[in-house]
Formats: sequence, structure tokens, C-alpha cells
Amino acid sequence: MDFRLTKEQEMMQKLCREFAVNEIEPIAAEIDEEERYPFETVEKLRKYGMMGIQYPKELGGSGGDTICYSIAIEEASKFCGTTGCIISAHATLGAWPIFKFGTPEQKEKWLRPLIDGTKTGAFGLTEPNAGTDASAQQTTAEKLEDGSWLVNGSKVFITGGGVADTYVIFAMTDKTKGNHGISAFIVDKNDAGFSIGKIEHKMGIRGSQTSELIFEDMVLPADRLLGKENGGFKIAMMTLDGGRIGIASQALGIAQGALDKAVQYMKERVQFGKSLDKFQGLQWMVADMATKIEAARLLVRRAAFNKDNGLPYTKEAAMAKLFAAETAMEVTTKCVQIYGGYGYIREYPMERMMRDAKITEIYEGTSEVQRMVIAGQIFKK
Amino acid sequence: MKVIVCVKQVPDTSGKVAVNPDGTLNRASMATIINPDDKNAVEAALTLKDNTGCEVVVVTMGPPPAEGMLRELIAMGADRGVLVSGREFGGSDTFATSQILAAAIKKIGLEADDIVLCGRQAIDGDTAQVGSQIAEKLNIPQVSYAADIKVEGTKVTVKRMLEDGHMTIETQTPCLITCIKELNEPRYMSVGGIFDCYKKPVDVYDYNTLKDDPLIEVDTIGLKGSPTNIFKSFTPPQKGVGRMLEGADKNTCAELAAELLKKHII
Repeated sequence: MDFRLTKEQEMMQKLCREFAVNEIEPIAAEIDEEERYPFETVEKLRKYGMMGIQYPKELGGSGGDTICYSIAIEEASKFCGTTGCIISAHATLGAWPIFKFGTPEQKEKWLRPLIDGTKTGAFGLTEPNAGTDASAQQTTAEKLEDGSWLVNGSKVFITGGGVADTYVIFAMTDKTKGNHGISAFIVDKNDAGFSIGKIEHKMGIRGSQTSELIFEDMVLPADRLLGKENGGFKIAMMTLDGGRIGIASQALGIAQGALDKAVQYMKERVQFGKSLDKFQGLQWMVADMATKIEAARLLVRRAAFNKDNGLPYTKEAAMAKLFAAETAMEVTTKCVQIYGGYGYIREYPMERMMRDAKITEIYEGTSEVQRMVIAGQIFKK
Repeated sequence: MKVIVCVKQVPDTSGKVAVNPDGTLNRASMATIINPDDKNAVEAALTLKDNTGCEVVVVTMGPPPAEGMLRELIAMGADRGVLVSGREFGGSDTFATSQILAAAIKKIGLEADDIVLCGRQAIDGDTAQVGSQIAEKLNIPQVSYAADIKVEGTKVTVKRMLEDGHMTIETQTPCLITCIKELNEPRYMSVGGIFDCYKKPVDVYDYNTLKDDPLIEVDTIGLKGSPTNIFKSFTPPQKGVGRMLEGADKNTCAELAAELLKKHII
């Protein structure tokens, strides 16, 4: 057993730290304030191979592993939850289902541009009435005589909606079969009948665009079906297993970034004639936070390790996301407390980090869903 | 065409600076970085590679852990590295270092259309002597303080940055150019580069590899071959806080003149 990073993973961490400090942190507050998608950062991420870290070079990726992908999201999220979200949602939700279930032709046409970063991807599962109960899909895809598909319906809260080029979406292809009647499809942003609906104003990760997707008599050729007909629910669930490692990494980064800033602040802020780091009550708060963050990191790395080594990771990823997300919320709330009034105003990053942390308890499966998944794995026959 | 870039691993002076009792830097306890000017030299080489497809070889003299720095430079885009390392080379000053690096460059092979790039100076010693001495020992033209480099075939045009202006010099390959930070903005490592960097060659040149070169003699390398003796190393006292005089009236001028007179400046 070895807890150390490999030389390459260490270099990855160094690269991502430098990149985050120079390219991500300087605009983090600005993109939050303006609710602006950072196209310029995404272009730089593409240039350095960070949009396809864990994919093979033959397909245009960088040839890394899930641990490196996790490290990249963690380092970015230390300074900007939005950027962590963009890397994660693109590389896992957008690209992975095509990587895992696509035909060679689909991979060449749709996946390569995603993992070489020339295009970005998104994932459309959630609907107004199908959130945690993802099986209650109302979007339908009807098979036409020529084998093409007629899709009608809508999706909500789609990360990257309106900025992404390629979407993997889910629709009912056989209503009588429930979970086993859902199929996955690849949608291009220019497909006729596809449009972007409402763009949401969010509490946190405000630089990441979230929107509604609308399908009105959208006809997709037969070769847009991803995986098997009626096999979509499994694709969605497996994709989310991996996505959770990304969100857990994002939560971990937000927590670590907040604690790093609070520790620095405590050394500088003087009250009652001594700096805050001399107060034992606050020291203990920091010790507890640091311990939870380290525990979260071990869970995240373990889930990533399992994925890289072909071991089961459904339970591990759910545990990592559950614990990292709740740690992020707790740590950022306490760090706002340590900052006091300065934590509550927008001039300092802490309130933004607290707002960004909240989404990690909600998206890609709420904390309650993670508990369902974990319990389901424990009690499964 | 190939570009050979000489780089040095230096202590990171932006972090903790540790000093030994004798006043020398305690390098072992300090984090290391790639010398900043050298990184500009590497970027210049990689830009030439982007434009011409030339080979980029990074070379450093240092202890075995310096290999990590060469790997990072390969992850940025260099093709291979050469680590010049051996006990015999320890304690070298700029004279001895340039003897050894010149011999290493000859071993790598300096051809008619090749260029050697160095950073202007290292942030630990700040001598700016090694690049120039290498050029002398290789008997090739040198251009220092490059703020712009253009290469067309064997013709090299360099804009030098001087204190009070620029000077443009045209020379021929093979030549040596020292680079300054104004030359470019160094790129990061790429993720793909990181996963390939341990698959690319880093050759180690020790004393035995270089000993047949006429530049390498017992009294031209290492501590014995170093004419520089450090008399004393110390941290200079900080300058005191200055005093601002404001105003354009006669009294202020008189006060200023009196102050300067008191300090024997005028």
C-alpha cells in the first residue's frame, strides 16, 4: 500500500497549482459577480490538455488517469468552484458516456473533439419532474420508419446548457418498461428542433452556465442512439458514478481552498492583542476541519484509484461525494465565521466559496441519493 | 537544426531562505525552482520548435535530483535532457562550470545550424558569467540580453535590451544567446507532456563521459579548477526609511539642500 502520488501525479499537481494561481484565481470573483462563463479559461484548459486528462492519447486525450483528473479539479476548485465544475461536467458527464458506450464511429465524430477540447460537452438527464427520481422521464423518443428518432420534451438545470456543443440526453423509448425503457442519444447544438430555454440564476458556481434544454419535434438520425435501445438508464447511472468523483474533488478543493485562506487570515488578523491563530478555540476548529478534509481526500483518491484499476467504485464514489460535499459546506461555513464580517462581504472570497460549496450537496445526486446508493450497495443481495 | 538550452536549478528565494553558519545558502533545506531566466530560454527554444520543428535539448549540471527539473522541461515540450553530474564537478565556480558545460555541449554535438540558449543569469549567484564563458570556450559568437530572436536558416537576428535602449545584432549559427524575461512568457507543462516525459531520454554525463575533452582537466573543473574564492557572504543591511519632502517653495529647497549637505552628498 502506498499513499504517495506518482512522479507524474506530483507534476500534475504542480502544473494545476501554477495554472490555478495564475489563470483561475485572478478572475474567480469577476465571473461569479458577472455570471459569466469563462470561455478564455476553457481555451487555456484546452491548450494544456486539461479537458481530456483521463482519456487515451489515441482519442485526443492526455493519457492520464482519474487521480490526475481529480487533482486538476481539486486544485482549480481551491480558487474557483465554477472552473472545477466546468472541467468535471465536461470530461465526465459529457465525454464519458460516449467513451464507454459509443461505437468507433461515434467516438471519432463526437468524442475526439470533446477530449481534445475543441468542443465542450454536457449531460441532459434531469427534468422538472424527474430529479432524484431520474426514472420518471417525460421526454420521449419515438422510432420512425426510417430508423431515426423523433424527440420531444425538455430538460432542466443542465450544467453547460447553451455553451456546450455536444449533449448526451436521455428520453423514454418505451414507456411501458419504466427504467428499462430509457435510451441515451447524442445531440448537437445545431440540431433542428433543439433549443436552449431559460438560463438560471444560481446561488453559487455562477460562472458555469445552467439552462433548460428544449426538444420540439427534434429528429435524430439512427446513429445518434448511444448504447442499446432502452439501455439508457444504466448509462446514466454509470456516468454519474464517475461524475461523483469529479464533484467530490470539487468539494474537496473548495474546502481546502477555504481552509488555506482562513489559516493565512488567522495569522494576520489581530484581536485582543494577539493573532487569531493563538486562540485555542479557533485552533481546534482548524484541526477538525483539516482532519475532515484529509479524510475526504482519502475517500476521493480511493474512489479514483478503484476506477483506474477496474475495481468497483459505485459505493466508494458515493461515499466520497457525500463526505466531501458535507465537509465543504461545513468548512466554508466555519471559515466565514472565522473571517467574521469580512467573511460575509463580497470583497473577500469566503462568502463565494460558501455559496459554491452548497451545490456539491445537490448536483449529480443529492446527499440523500448518495446515502441511498451507499445503503443499496450494503444491502444488495 | 537543434537548440541546446542550459538550465540551472536554483533555490526558491520567494519562500524560506536558509543560510548556513558560514554564510553560504543551505540549498538542501530550500525548495528549488527552475531559474527564471532559463525558463525564458526554454520558451524561446520551444517557440523555435513550434515554428521550425527543430529539436530541443535541455542540459543542466547538478546533483541527481536535478533530473526532476529536466523532466518538467520535457513536459513543457523539450525533446530530451542531459544531466551533467559527478562528484568531480562539485564546487565549480562559473569558470569551471562553463568548462564542463562547454564540454557537455560538444559531446551532445554542436552542428553548423545549432543554437545554444542560456538564461541571462541565475537568481542565486547573479553573475551572468556562465553563458558568455561557454560561448568563449566553444569559440562561437555570443549575443547577450536577448529580448527578441529571429532565425532564418543560419542567420540569427537578436534584439538586445540594454539599460538605455535596444541594439539589434545579426549573427550566424552556431551561436550562443542569453535570454531575459522580456523575451517571452514561458508556457506551462502540458498534461499530455507530463505523461510522456518519463518515456523520453535523459542522458547522464559523468566525469568519465567528458574526461577526454581538452576542457576537462583536474585543475579546470570542480573546486580545484575554480579561481573564485568566496571571502565573505552576508545579508546586506536593509536601507533605512527615506524621508519625503513636499513643496515647491524656497524653504523646502533650503531644507533639502541642508539635509544633503549634512550627509556630505553635496
